[in-house]
Amino acid sequence: MPACNQLEAAFRAAWADPAFHSRLDALLRDYAGRPTPVTECLRLSERLGVRVLLKREDLTHTGSHKINNVLGQGLLTVGMGKGRIIAETGAGQHGVATATAAALFGLDCVVYMGEVDTERQELNVFRMRLLGAEVRPVRSGSRTLKDAVNEALRDWVASVEDTHYCLGSVMGPHPYPWMVREFQRVVGEEARAQCRLLLDGADPDYVVACVGGGSNAAGTFAGFVDTRAALVGVEAAGGAAIGRGVPGVVHGMKSYLLQDEYGQVSEARSISAGLDYPGVGPEHSYLAAAGRASYVPASDGEVLVALQVLAETEGIIPALEPAHAIAWVLRASASGEIPNGSTVLVTMSGRGDKDAEQVMGLLG
Amino acid sequence: MSEVPVAVGLAGVAGVAAVAGVAGVAGVVRPGAGAAGGEVAAREAAGEVVPLEASLRAARDGGRKLLVPYVTGGLGSHWVEVLQAMVSSGADAVEIGIPFSDPVMDGPTIQEASLRALQLGATPPGILSELRRVRVGVPLIAMTYYNLVFRGGHRRFAHNLIEAGVAGIILPDVPLEELGDWSRAADEAGVETVLLAAPITPDDRLAELCRRSRGFVYGVNLMGVTGERSAVASSARQLGERLKAATDKPVLMGFGVSTPEQAAEAASYADGVIVASALMRLLLDGASPERIGDRVAELRAALDDT
Repeated sequence: MPACNQLEAAFRAAWADPAFHSRLDALLRDYAGRPTPVTECLRLSERLGVRVLLKREDLTHTGSHKINNVLGQGLLTVGMGKGRIIAETGAGQHGVATATAAALFGLDCVVYMGEVDTERQELNVFRMRLLGAEVRPVRSGSRTLKDAVNEALRDWVASVEDTHYCLGSVMGPHPYPWMVREFQRVVGEEARAQCRLLLDGADPDYVVACVGGGSNAAGTFAGFVDTRAALVGVEAAGGAAIGRGVPGVVHGMKSYLLQDEYGQVSEARSISAGLDYPGVGPEHSYLAAAGRASYVPASDGEVLVALQVLAETEGIIPALEPAHAIAWVLRASASGEIPNGSTVLVTMSGRGDKDAEQVMGLLG
Repeated sequence: MSEVPVAVGLAGVAGVAAVAGVAGVAGVVRPGAGAAGGEVAAREAAGEVVPLEASLRAARDGGRKLLVPYVTGGLGSHWVEVLQAMVSSGADAVEIGIPFSDPVMDGPTIQEASLRALQLGATPPGILSELRRVRVGVPLIAMTYYNLVFRGGHRRFAHNLIEAGVAGIILPDVPLEELGDWSRAADEAGVETVLLAAPITPDDRLAELCRRSRGFVYGVNLMGVTGERSAVASSARQLGERLKAATDKPVLMGFGVSTPEQAAEAASYADGVIVASALMRLLLDGASPERIGDRVAELRAALDDT
């Protein structure tokens, strides 16, 4: 608790400090490459009868929205006088982003990654090592993201005096869900302004993002929660905490959780390492319970099709995670759930390079 | 642990307890009555729930250093015999792990013990029903993580503990800030919730932990997870002394206490020790209940020599 209290105090002070914002904004602009564009998908739109816009987080430095959060937490780490940063990673995107920030700020970096994930995301493991980070494969439990979080927490209890835990999503104990959403809010705020330019002042009818822990969705939704846009989070069918879970408390948060009748946490199963998590950020549980956002599943098979469709129609290879969001758009526009002529904004949270080898294997 | 940064948000550790009156001295006075209360009282009258704080205080005040070994419930077919061997070898209370899938405060040994017990089919009701069949004469303390309590339902879980003869509980992932709902249910049922204090716990928080902890106060020797260490952490002495100055409740030190020498050292600045990983290492490696009892007897002898 003292560590969380210290972090909350540091974040509150920084977030109220114009100098912190100007440093962060400069990094986001000059280092990460913000603002990212919104791309209109002409050929896909014609095919679906639905106007599809993509918020291009895949075009940031390191190739996913994760960079937004780590630059913020990196600045905080330096501000708190800590010289070491640790992180969990699933697909490796957050690990790569953290390793990048550590190199940028001159911090020691250890990334915990489930052993299963180190195998399916070998390229990202190499990237992290190239960036100077130590990658520690986690062999406990299901050897995926949830176990990487456990191991990072175990490290942090022992190292809290000189180490910051750079959590990658809108989950974990307070202040993380709130802080990470604030660092990702830039995605939604940029997108809203960009959509209004494109749509003559209107907002999209649907705003869609994939949800594992839920950071890209939380950042995107933050820009649209007070508009009339329907907010749709797309979960992996095998890790659908909101779709199939019940309330639970783990990793310092109360949220929907895949678990058995006694409260033992279940193992998520997904093609996507980044969505292979049995829980979800508590704000998504809240938005679901309040009826402001809806959460839908996409199956591994649908995701592979969606990835190919986007690649072939738009020349954009999505990561497996945002391919879930595209998969739902394909399904819902075919079924009429998204009415013909609607406008849909999808957050393209990351690029597909990291998944190319895995997808090559799956497509045979 | 409340103080350990992990558990974070929701959970801290510790314990519920306190409000005056709940487990009082020898007789366990309980506020409230109701059907559950009446049943509990009846069981206690029959001597089935040995109260935690009262027992530990009595032993300590009689000049004895306290020894609380740990066994993972459901770990193998002999775990209840292990528990009994611990008691006959001089344990003052026994901590029983109810295994959880994601034990973030535990190091490799207890992780392995938990995982293996779960693979063998251990469940909270299964463990409690085995406990219900034994009467060991010392207090039993459940050690688990909050999601099992939350999923089971606070009142039902607390009731089930008492009904199985378990007097106390340790929930390392419930912080003080989140303790309220559980502590109300625990107090009502008469379950003593033990809170944990860590070396970095600030003074004001330490005082609050001591005030609200029931049964005893658990001093976490080091910043880290459970597991054997080559020496007692240097942070342990200072914490033990701070806790002793802050409370007259029994203070037990744990985390990294493995050998008789380490037990004697840690007990020298507190009222006693908790030993878990070293004993579970033996059990995982195939040791018999008797062999584990022998190790407990060695720990007992070292404490009695201090």
